[in-house]
Amino acid sequence: MTAVVDYNAGNVFSVLCALERLGEKAEVTSDRERILSADRVIFPGVGYAMSAMEELEKRGLADVLTSVKRPFLGICLGMQLMCSFSEEGNTGMLSIVDADVRRFDPSICPKIPHIGWNTAYDLKGPLFEGIKDGSYFFFDHSYYVPLLGSATSAVTSYYGFGYTSALERDNFFGVQFHPEKSGKAGSILLENFLNMEI
Amino acid sequence: MLAKRIIPCLDIKNGRTVKGINFLDLRDAGDPVENAVRYCDEGADELVFLDITATIERREPIGELVKKIARNINIPFTVGGGIKSVDDVKNILLCGADKVSINSQAVRNSEIIKLSAQRFGSQCMVVAIDVRKNADMPSGYEVYIDGGRTATGLDALVHARCVESLGAGEILLTSMETDGTKGGFDIEITSLVSRSLSIPVIASGGAGKMEDFLTVFSPSCDAAAALAASVFHYHEIDIPDLKNYLQEHGIPVRV
Repeated sequence: MTAVVDYNAGNVFSVLCALERLGEKAEVTSDRERILSADRVIFPGVGYAMSAMEELEKRGLADVLTSVKRPFLGICLGMQLMCSFSEEGNTGMLSIVDADVRRFDPSICPKIPHIGWNTAYDLKGPLFEGIKDGSYFFFDHSYYVPLLGSATSAVTSYYGFGYTSALERDNFFGVQFHPEKSGKAGSILLENFLNMEI
Repeated sequence: MLAKRIIPCLDIKNGRTVKGINFLDLRDAGDPVENAVRYCDEGADELVFLDITATIERREPIGELVKKIARNINIPFTVGGGIKSVDDVKNILLCGADKVSINSQAVRNSEIIKLSAQRFGSQCMVVAIDVRKNADMPSGYEVYIDGGRTATGLDALVHARCVESLGAGEILLTSMETDGTKGGFDIEITSLVSRSLSIPVIASGGAGKMEDFLTVFSPSCDAAAALAASVFHYHEIDIPDLKNYLQEHGIPVRV
C-alpha cells in the first residue's frame, strides 16, 4: 500500500490520479500506524512552509515522517519540508536533509515564482532510471533548495542559477517539480518510485 | 532552460467547450475532457478552463468536471470563473486543479488573493485581467470584469501591480480588442505588464498564426506563456507544428 500523507496541503487529488493511472491504489492518511506500515510514503505539498509545518505538528506527524524506513517521496513543498529550515515563514522543518530553503533572489531570477517546464540534469539514482538527462518537468515554486553535493540527485537552472531539483538520502527522496503533472517523464519517475525495493 | 508555454484555453458553458468572438456569440467546440486529452497528447504545456457563465449566473464553479479532467490528463491546469471565496479556491484545488484563476473578485474583493496566497501559496493564484484600450488611463488600458461586461475605471498596469503585491503568482492578460480576431496578440500591453512586473505574464487574445506566438515570446515582449483557443480547437494551428516552428526560431519550448 502506498500512503499519501494527509495534512491539508492541497492537490493530493492529482497525485492520486497519477498513481491511479499507473494502476496503484493509494491511501490518503494522517494515521501514524498506516504511514509507518505502508510499503512506501508519498509526501505531497502545495502551500506555505510555515502553515504546513504547523499542520504537521498539530497532527503529530513530524516525528512519524522522519522515522519512515520504506521509500519516501516528497513532492514540491514536501521536498522542501524535508530540509531543516525555510525562509518561507522562517520555520524549522523536518531536518531529514541538512539544508536551508531560500527564496529566489530577484536580482538573479527576475521572474518569481519559477513556473513552467524546465529541464533537470545531472540525474542520479533509481528515481531517474530510464529518464534522459535534460528532460522537462513541471515546476511551480518561489523557494528553492540549494545545491547539496552528494544529496543532490538532479539540478535545475533558473536564469543560470543552479539549485537542487531532486534530492536523495537513504530511503528519502524529494523532487521540487511535480511528477504527477510532468507528462511522460513524470510518470516514469513515479513508476520508478513505485517499483523501488528498500 | 525554462520553456515558453503554449496553453490552449477552454471556455466552458453548461459543461461544454464554447468559443465566441469579442466575448460574445458563443459556438459549441466539443466536450472539455475529450478536448483536454487531445491537447495533452499533442504536447500542450498547460490548460486553462474558464467557466465563462459562472460569474454572471452566480453559480458555483464545476467541481465534478475538474475532477474528471484531473483524472484524465498529466499536465497542469488552471480553473477559473465565478470564484468568490477562499473556500471556492480550496475546493477547486482539492478537485485536482493546480491553479485557480480569479478575475472579477480580484477587483471586487482583492483580499481573496492575499488570503489564498497565504494559505495555498502564490504559485496557484492566477489573476486574470481583461483589458480594453482607454486613452484616459495612464497605461492606455482599462480593466473590465464580469466577462468583459463591466468597466472598472481601473488602470491595467496599476491593477496588475496591485495584485502582484497581494500575492498573485501569474497574470493572465487578455486584450478584449484582439480576442477572437486572430490579428495577433496585443504586444503593447503584454510587453508593458511583462516588463513592469516580476511575476510571469500569460498573453491572451488574438492568436491567429504561428508568427503571433513568435512575436509575443520574442525578447522585446517576453511573455512567459501564450494562451489561445480557437486556433487550436479548429486545428488551424497544430501544437507540434507550432513548437517545431518556435524551436527553429530559437524560442525554448518543450518538445
